[in-house]
Amino acid sequence: MKRWIATTPWASRGLILILMALTLLPFLSMLSAALAPSGTYPSGLEWPEAPAWGNFARAWEVANMGALLWSSTLIVLGTVPAAVLFATMAGFGLARLTAGRGRWFYLVFVLGLTLPFEAVITPLYYEILALGLLNTRLAIILPLIGLFMPFSVYWMRAHFLNVPADLSEAAQLDGARRWQEFLLVQVPLARPAIMSLSILLFLWTWNQFLLPVVLVQDPDRRTMAGALGAFQGQWGTDIPLLCAGSLIILAPTVILFLIFQRQFVAALLQVAVKG
Amino acid sequence: MRARTPAPPPSRRRAAARRQAVLFIAPAFLAYACFVLVPLCMSLFYSTLNWDGIGEWSFAGLSNYVTVLTDDDLLQIIGNAFELVLWFTVVPVCVGLAVASAIRGQMAGRFGTATRTILFLPQVIPLVAAGIAWSWMYDWNGVVNQALVLVGLEDQVRGWLGNFTFALPAVGLIGAWVLLGLCTILLVTGIAKIDGSLYEAAKLDGARPRHEFRFITLPGLRQEIGVCVTVTIIQALSSFDIVYVATSGGPGIETTVPGLEIYRLAFAHRQVGLASALAIVLMILVLVCVLPIQWAVRERK
Repeated sequence: MKRWIATTPWASRGLILILMALTLLPFLSMLSAALAPSGTYPSGLEWPEAPAWGNFARAWEVANMGALLWSSTLIVLGTVPAAVLFATMAGFGLARLTAGRGRWFYLVFVLGLTLPFEAVITPLYYEILALGLLNTRLAIILPLIGLFMPFSVYWMRAHFLNVPADLSEAAQLDGARRWQEFLLVQVPLARPAIMSLSILLFLWTWNQFLLPVVLVQDPDRRTMAGALGAFQGQWGTDIPLLCAGSLIILAPTVILFLIFQRQFVAALLQVAVKG
Repeated sequence: MRARTPAPPPSRRRAAARRQAVLFIAPAFLAYACFVLVPLCMSLFYSTLNWDGIGEWSFAGLSNYVTVLTDDDLLQIIGNAFELVLWFTVVPVCVGLAVASAIRGQMAGRFGTATRTILFLPQVIPLVAAGIAWSWMYDWNGVVNQALVLVGLEDQVRGWLGNFTFALPAVGLIGAWVLLGLCTILLVTGIAKIDGSLYEAAKLDGARPRHEFRFITLPGLRQEIGVCVTVTIIQALSSFDIVYVATSGGPGIETTVPGLEIYRLAFAHRQVGLASALAIVLMILVLVCVLPIQWAVRERK
């Protein structure tokens, strides 16, 4: 810390402090509105005389937060482990297949990297309808696994390409078959890459909005972010309650982020460096 | 069994290995095919139809694409997306560059950790929450107007998101807020990797700060800038969440973006063909914007 201060001129530290303040401002303004008496029209950023902490309890109740948390957790549990497993396997397979068919497979996956979800949402609706899954959590889980594949496969392949080839040969000389090599040698070595991928997919699943809005009508079966849309539609005019509800809804990822701060930042930065 | 059979010739062993690799890829590919490739093909197919999503359909040829590329409203909507690019991309990258070259050094220690944590917060929360937070900031009674009154600009007070002139820039600033921290941290991390002796040598040669920036910082950050621009452009062109909660596209269609219009056309106006044509156009626009940047960044490495 001392070095940072010593080598950083005051002006640039001031710049950083302003940026931090601007980043925090919307959160503070939500908090101050959330503490105003429910049903009133609060005004800007001011600490209310009698903070109405009860707004949080009421928002929890009217938005059925307990059920929402459970629903989001189920969706994450259905999506992330499967997506990570598939991507790890495919990344391993693709890193071994660098010629001919492998290249073709890889290109097809990479094609999806920039695909906006909106480009496939309409047919996905009819596909899910045909599968009879509309309004269930599987309607979010299954498409998300598929939609996550381009990035996840790209990510895991990049990791496996960096694993020295002789490691794989050594495992073969020991008579280990591919599966054993994969499970006993490669997966443990890939733990950091798998960890980062899991964090990212968790965030993107939890915060997913478009799929729940289109594919699941019942707010209690959506992700928390998806349910926030419905909550806003219903309580949008009661600003204190809306702000309290939004703060509750963004709390779980923020709390996890603060606990695993180092891993989250590393994962998000790696995306950028690799992507 | 397997261990006892004599080792097969290398070519056959290679073929077996290749078959096994394909097995490893199969589950991922299946999921990808079912929920991305097939829908994508269906999007292409739908885009040639006149269909309300329920009843009979008929072929419409390319007329949906003609509509997308000639209809005034749809062109304005696509234009809105590009105006958002200005806000989502240019603001975070410029501010990030300014901060990075001002600090030029590792953000180490506890203060650095605190900085990174706080600046990353907008990346962690759902975009919908960012949209709600900012609609309250922009409210008549919100912080933005409060601050304007504080500095004596009472005549500038307005309902920002309901204003025909200011709604789109206001939405753009929400995106800039979300992406600012990510870009800043990326560029600060990138600049720390540039060899410090380059700057010292430049100083000895009497280089001005703007020369340092032009000839050392910018080339050194080529890759990081490429990443920031790519990520932010994709976010801007395919934005949906923020607009949906902050303005629902209004006032009029001032803040409607292609993502939102696809959703509306397909599920509210029951024009599945037109929605799909817009979806395909959006996908191509993203590619056309992103691919050249990727090439430019990779080439001179």
